[in-house]
Amino acid sequence: MAESRSSSPRSSSTHDGQGRPLVAVTGLGIVTSLGQGAAANWEALTAGRSGIRAIRRFPTEGLRTRIAGTVDFLDTDPLVAPLLSERFATVAAEEAVAQSGIGASFPGALFVAVPPVEMEWPQREALAAAAGSNDGAITYSALQRAAASRRFDGWHDVFIFGTVADRLADRFATKGSPISLSTACSSGATAIQLGVEAIRRGEMDAALCIGTDGSVNPESLIRFSLLSALSTQNDPPEAASKPFSKNRDGFVMGEGAAALVLESAESARARGATILGYVLGCGEKGDGFHRTRSSPDGAPVIAAMRAALDDAGLGPEAIDHVNAHGTSTPENDKMEALGCSAVFGERVARLPISSNKSMIGHTLTAAGAIEAVVSLLTIRHGRIPPTINYAVPDPALMLDVVDKTRDVRVSRVLSNSFGFGGQNTCLVLGDEP
Amino acid sequence: MSRRTGRDVVVTGIGLVSCAGEGVEAHLSAFASGEAPRTDAETFAPYPVHPVVPLTLDAQIPKKSDQRQMEPWQRLGVYAAGLALDSAGVKGDAAFKSALQLVVAAGGGERDYAVDGAILSGLREAGDPGAFLNERLLNDLRPTLFLAQLSNLLAGNISIVHGVTGASRTFMGEEACGVDALRIAHARVASGQIDTIMVGSSYNAERPDVMVVHEMGGFLDKPVYRPVFERREDKDGFVLGSAAAFLVLEAAEHAASRGARALARLMPVANDRVARRPGSVSESLTRLIGEAGVERPDVVLSGATGIADLAAEEVAGIQAALPGAEIRATGDLVGHPMEVAAPFGAALAAALCAAGSAGEVVVTSVGHRRGEGVIRVLAA
Repeated sequence: MAESRSSSPRSSSTHDGQGRPLVAVTGLGIVTSLGQGAAANWEALTAGRSGIRAIRRFPTEGLRTRIAGTVDFLDTDPLVAPLLSERFATVAAEEAVAQSGIGASFPGALFVAVPPVEMEWPQREALAAAAGSNDGAITYSALQRAAASRRFDGWHDVFIFGTVADRLADRFATKGSPISLSTACSSGATAIQLGVEAIRRGEMDAALCIGTDGSVNPESLIRFSLLSALSTQNDPPEAASKPFSKNRDGFVMGEGAAALVLESAESARARGATILGYVLGCGEKGDGFHRTRSSPDGAPVIAAMRAALDDAGLGPEAIDHVNAHGTSTPENDKMEALGCSAVFGERVARLPISSNKSMIGHTLTAAGAIEAVVSLLTIRHGRIPPTINYAVPDPALMLDVVDKTRDVRVSRVLSNSFGFGGQNTCLVLGDEP
Repeated sequence: MSRRTGRDVVVTGIGLVSCAGEGVEAHLSAFASGEAPRTDAETFAPYPVHPVVPLTLDAQIPKKSDQRQMEPWQRLGVYAAGLALDSAGVKGDAAFKSALQLVVAAGGGERDYAVDGAILSGLREAGDPGAFLNERLLNDLRPTLFLAQLSNLLAGNISIVHGVTGASRTFMGEEACGVDALRIAHARVASGQIDTIMVGSSYNAERPDVMVVHEMGGFLDKPVYRPVFERREDKDGFVLGSAAAFLVLEAAEHAASRGARALARLMPVANDRVARRPGSVSESLTRLIGEAGVERPDVVLSGATGIADLAAEEVAGIQAALPGAEIRATGDLVGHPMEVAAPFGAALAAALCAAGSAGEVVVTSVGHRRGEGVIRVLAA
């Protein structure tokens, strides 16, 4: 799509203004609670449809939050986070790789953002039952004895951290040692950043970058609930996630995955691939203020956004739209608005900003990748998906929140991702160099 | 995939904590002595472990509130990271630390074992197990425990406690992610993408849940410690060890410009993940030793886990490439610290070079399920 347009003076068709290989996107794949595939998701997102619903996967009696954006049309046996995450990632990557036409043996490395892995309650219960101590209290010694029976050996691989990436690497025949990573809720963006950096270093011509998360289970939900991070406005479910609204009260957990095939523009052109867009810049900045809260002055968030712009060689005026982290927590949306105001100045009041999480919830480990894919679709279609449930604007935020699908030319998007542990990662995606 | 060497990358800081002690000297002397590692075969019987030495946490984690917010795996890692910053002479250099990048190799954190046991016991009689589980988790889990479990929160705590705020990334995936962390940290500095980075890992072996996971599959040796290369098939496996290792890496010119001593040079890391079949690990290691440009190492530090057939393949692969090379298992020094194995080996290699005991050291890693790696360290 960029072929017919003139490049900016500072970059060529294959290298950016700093002389680094330009990184093109040649394949996209996505699965969320709204459906499978870019077409289905785009249709739902631009229709303002919500994928948030009452949780049916497990009993929610007694829970303060009983809703989530689960992917209910794909399942696994056993139904555990690592297997679900692998399934979602596989579905998304199949779509991306097929679209790219790059072939069945992927000519580059795998970078996959995966949720933390550990044994889950059904498996602990099975081990406890197998231990057979019906009268005494169950201890970890009993679970160890059951594990030593050799009946549960198959679960070792399911519940170690490297397996999801290992199986994906086998499935797509990626090259080298696959990277499994976490930067909490910015993980999906970090997976893309790692791929961009590897291509820029000249280590590889292509990278398969994935973010995936299938961890809506009782303990994960309760952990976030105990941190008071989740919305408790369960009824109706589709109205709970309301980024930038005055009455926002937390995020809604979501599931899904997205995959991007990144390629050096030179390599993509050489094989005649269709270029869907570019990852023009990546920026990150750590925050040592608090485990879950941002520095009150917003400095790290601001630094991450500016670093992404600098990396892209662009000023803030070049950004047409912000795909917000926009979790719908009181804290995040306030800090993100503060950060955007600092970076964009007065223009922030006219700069369209939108949060996909209003419809699909917070897909956690996958969010950065899913939202990068939506950003590229936004550019491609010249259409910004809405932030639904924006009925009561927060007057303190001074943002141009896109509350209805907006048709407008979008050339460059800033996609923000922020996470617990002081993680801030931002991407600049564009239609041309 | 082509490998470009680019700028020289030097190690300017080392932080080590394990059953052998804390700091570089303790580890060099334990390595020189060749004595069996300190082992506790009682606490988690039938599983022996190599417990970390007692630490004076206040020395590296001054605030009690920070200590309380962490579980042991995080405290170990934050402690070792502090030692590395001290060693690099940058603990008090806010500007250096605010630009310092971080790559951490990690799994997940500890659980509340008493709560888990009580819930499992109660579930046996619960009329409505789902509601019971929800109620107990909501009431019994400490709200902050989640933050002590999340993989990326070791890096987060290093940022908070030590003010290392360039940006952090956490790699997961057992032994291989420790090698990947070193590879990518090196590549980012060598290519000029960044100037400074701290890379490392932390593992707490003194926790019963990891023994459940690794007993599944029969990966644990028991009931006592035996030297790694003496473990034989059908009676083999690893003895987990608590350890943390961090290295400060800098572009050579950056270190020189601030007058920092280069303790060693880290060369481009070679690693791969081959399908496991008889002979494939040997072949992979032999090839990777060639790719890493290994010449005449004074010693090969093997991260062999203790799984006999993999150890035999590893040794054969090393010997094919480096006939006659001395091979020492770091498992005989600190046990198997999972994600830490490769960073520990690299840190010890750098310490040996800095002490003048070696001019070239090679670290090898063969993951218990996947991944092979070769790390080459040279005297500066």
